Amino acid sequence: MSETPSVTSAPVEVWITGIGLATSLGEGLDANWEALNAGQINVDEKGFAPYIVHPWAKVNLEAQIPKKEQRQMEAWQRIGTYAAGLALDSAGLKGNKDILSRMDMIVAAGGGERDISVDTAILNAEAEGNCTPGFLNDRLMSDLRPTLFLAQLSNLLAGNIAISHGVCGTSRTFMGEEVAGVDAFKIALARIAGGQSDIALVGGSHNGERKDLLVLYEFGDYNLKNEFKPVWARKEHPGFALGSAGAFLVLESKPHAEARGAKPLARLSKVVADRARRKEAGAVTGTLDRLWSALDVHDAPGAIITGATGAEPVTSEERAFLDHHKAFAVRSSGTRFGHTMEAHFALDLALAALSISRGALFAPGDSSGVESEMKEAPTQIVVVGAGHYRGEGMALVEAIK
Amino acid sequence: MSVRDKFGRPVVVVTGMGIVTSLGAGKSDNWTKLVAGESGIRTITRFPIDGLKTTMAGTVDFVPVAPFTSTGLSERLGHMAVEEAIAQAGIGSKGDFPGPLFLAVAPVEIEWPQRLELAHEVGGTHFTYDDLLKVCGGGKFVNYHHRFLFGSVADSLSDTFGTKGSPISLSTACASGATAIQLGVEAIRRGETDVALCAATEGSVNPEGLVRFSLLSALSTQNDPPQAASKPFSKNRDGFVMAEGAGALVLESYDAAVARGAKILGVVAGCGELTDSFHRTRSSPDGKPIIGCIRKALADAGMAPEQIDHINAHGTATPENDKMEYVGVSAVFGEHTGKIPVSSNKSMVGHTISAAGAVEAIISLLTLEHQLIPPTINYDIPDPAILFDVVGNKAREARVTAVMSNSFGFGGQNASLILTREPA
Repeated sequence: MSETPSVTSAPVEVWITGIGLATSLGEGLDANWEALNAGQINVDEKGFAPYIVHPWAKVNLEAQIPKKEQRQMEAWQRIGTYAAGLALDSAGLKGNKDILSRMDMIVAAGGGERDISVDTAILNAEAEGNCTPGFLNDRLMSDLRPTLFLAQLSNLLAGNIAISHGVCGTSRTFMGEEVAGVDAFKIALARIAGGQSDIALVGGSHNGERKDLLVLYEFGDYNLKNEFKPVWARKEHPGFALGSAGAFLVLESKPHAEARGAKPLARLSKVVADRARRKEAGAVTGTLDRLWSALDVHDAPGAIITGATGAEPVTSEERAFLDHHKAFAVRSSGTRFGHTMEAHFALDLALAALSISRGALFAPGDSSGVESEMKEAPTQIVVVGAGHYRGEGMALVEAIK
Repeated sequence: MSVRDKFGRPVVVVTGMGIVTSLGAGKSDNWTKLVAGESGIRTITRFPIDGLKTTMAGTVDFVPVAPFTSTGLSERLGHMAVEEAIAQAGIGSKGDFPGPLFLAVAPVEIEWPQRLELAHEVGGTHFTYDDLLKVCGGGKFVNYHHRFLFGSVADSLSDTFGTKGSPISLSTACASGATAIQLGVEAIRRGETDVALCAATEGSVNPEGLVRFSLLSALSTQNDPPQAASKPFSKNRDGFVMAEGAGALVLESYDAAVARGAKILGVVAGCGELTDSFHRTRSSPDGKPIIGCIRKALADAGMAPEQIDHINAHGTATPENDKMEYVGVSAVFGEHTGKIPVSSNKSMVGHTISAAGAVEAIISLLTLEHQLIPPTINYDIPDPAILFDVVGNKAREARVTAVMSNSFGFGGQNASLILTREPA
């Protein structure tokens, strides 16, 4: 292990040796794969009407999280901790104290859910004329559950993964919406490739069934309303449907994986990120073009998995970029899973690695003409992420020959 | 001939620093007050304190933000610290910093004034959360979308100072500032960049922020006088004091700094981090994660414990933290422990939470520069179970060549930095 890494001249090859997926389409790789190929989409058009969300497919939480720990978490932490456990299972690392105790972790996270009933009650009481100086203090002191804070703190998803699964080498939490997920993988890859780390658990989680998040995105009119449509068919009524997913990957240096006999699913060859100055029209297209050229993408046939949100103008700008690569088969994960914000890039990387490992790209998800059949086994898949408001990223996932 | 450390990596130096705390803005003002043993802790005036158990904090009241939001204040403080750091480094040109940004920032959420604004927009009583949701759209509150995105502070800093690439916003709770520095060190060591901007900012003194920590019994309730509340390593310590502030450091490879004739302020010789999986808010009783974290920092710097001649402690003044920090440090340093002067800046500036790791790294570097250790004030009743050589109440002149700065946080986050005057 590289406690005190020295500089290595050639970058170390980085493999994806584990994937954990718990999404609105189900739990585990088989369930998600089958649902994708069957064209399933799990949307709730009523529970949060007029807003549309993708609810998390229920699981037996106890399979991954001890009951007493579940009680300390809110949904977004349970989703993520559950998916992290699946990733460790998939990599054959569950319970391997030797490796887990030095495993690095980078989590892309937002914050935890508010107690909506407490907030609503306080606001109503204020509206009824309770406006003494100490009113808010008194209500917060008496109404907030003391442990709620820990279920809200961004870095406590990582904390819960450490507690439930024993991943306790290092732990870093990146925030900042979609691109936090890109940066999490960029840094984890760079650290392993540069000899600063051998193995890392990287991913994120998102619970889309949250009215407090709908409030935040409604400020910018970003929520998809009234009727579900695929991402590519939202131009007239742009927006995203919040999704629910936990997605974690185990990244590992090739020598470390080989030494323990781990089987790679795919190679993570490159992750790049940037921040377009979006005030200028065309900036996102230009940035995506530049990021593409920083990847070593062979000629078509190839595939692109994108986390395009359906928000505008960014989705149209991304389509202009995709038009430069018409020979590539495109898949929008946002249509299938909704928009899972900080977790979305991890979700897309998981889908790319899964597709590589299964020797096929999953079926197209809409009839707009953007997504076409792909008959060949993909050897390279480019993952694209352009945040609804800012931040762009891309990754190259490749088959290991 | 390029200068490398013992492990063949580029040496990472500091060429610019900026700081804001409850004591004031800038290195000069802060240093003068720190070595004079002044406290920045005061009774809160920003909002009503009726009904609160803790009524004081290290607020930064001299930076007006209207309308007030904690994230808005974090942004302002971040700007001030970064501006000072870049000016000192004299690097790049205005609005064109030639490297990436790593920013430690508190988690962001919509705050109470904005929530109340929505309720007033709805009007009447007996409304539901759905009613609030109905008034959010249409553009009236569009600025709140951006304001309450987690990436908004980094966005603003990146726009103003022209940092390169995708800015990274991070949280490792009370270790965040140290993690921001560590990310910069790693990027330079990998040769990805010659220079990085590592910043950390905190503006979270608002009613709910205070109540949250209060409900976890983490805060001091010794409100009167507020200046005496924060008592690291004292027997009668009873919790930390929330505080605001920001710190920013320009990190560069030694070679790049020398090549452009920059003044080198110090060296980030080593970084260590290790996760504690014992409990969400408590340290493992055996101290192993803290011990491991400190050992990793020493190993990363290629240094022996005896080479550390000052510890800038995490020293929050919670009963648990200070005890566990002593357990961890003494296990690593053995008999040498009592020979190391230890001090906690939090006795004066309070606990700047997300910013603390960076604020205290800067104070550590100022300590190296001035060969003078700021005191731990309010140290009147030493805890007999903590046998540190605490620099109590009065600043102490000392030969300081290598400082360890510790940061330990909720969620099992432990990070230690080793800062030196010259490359090892």
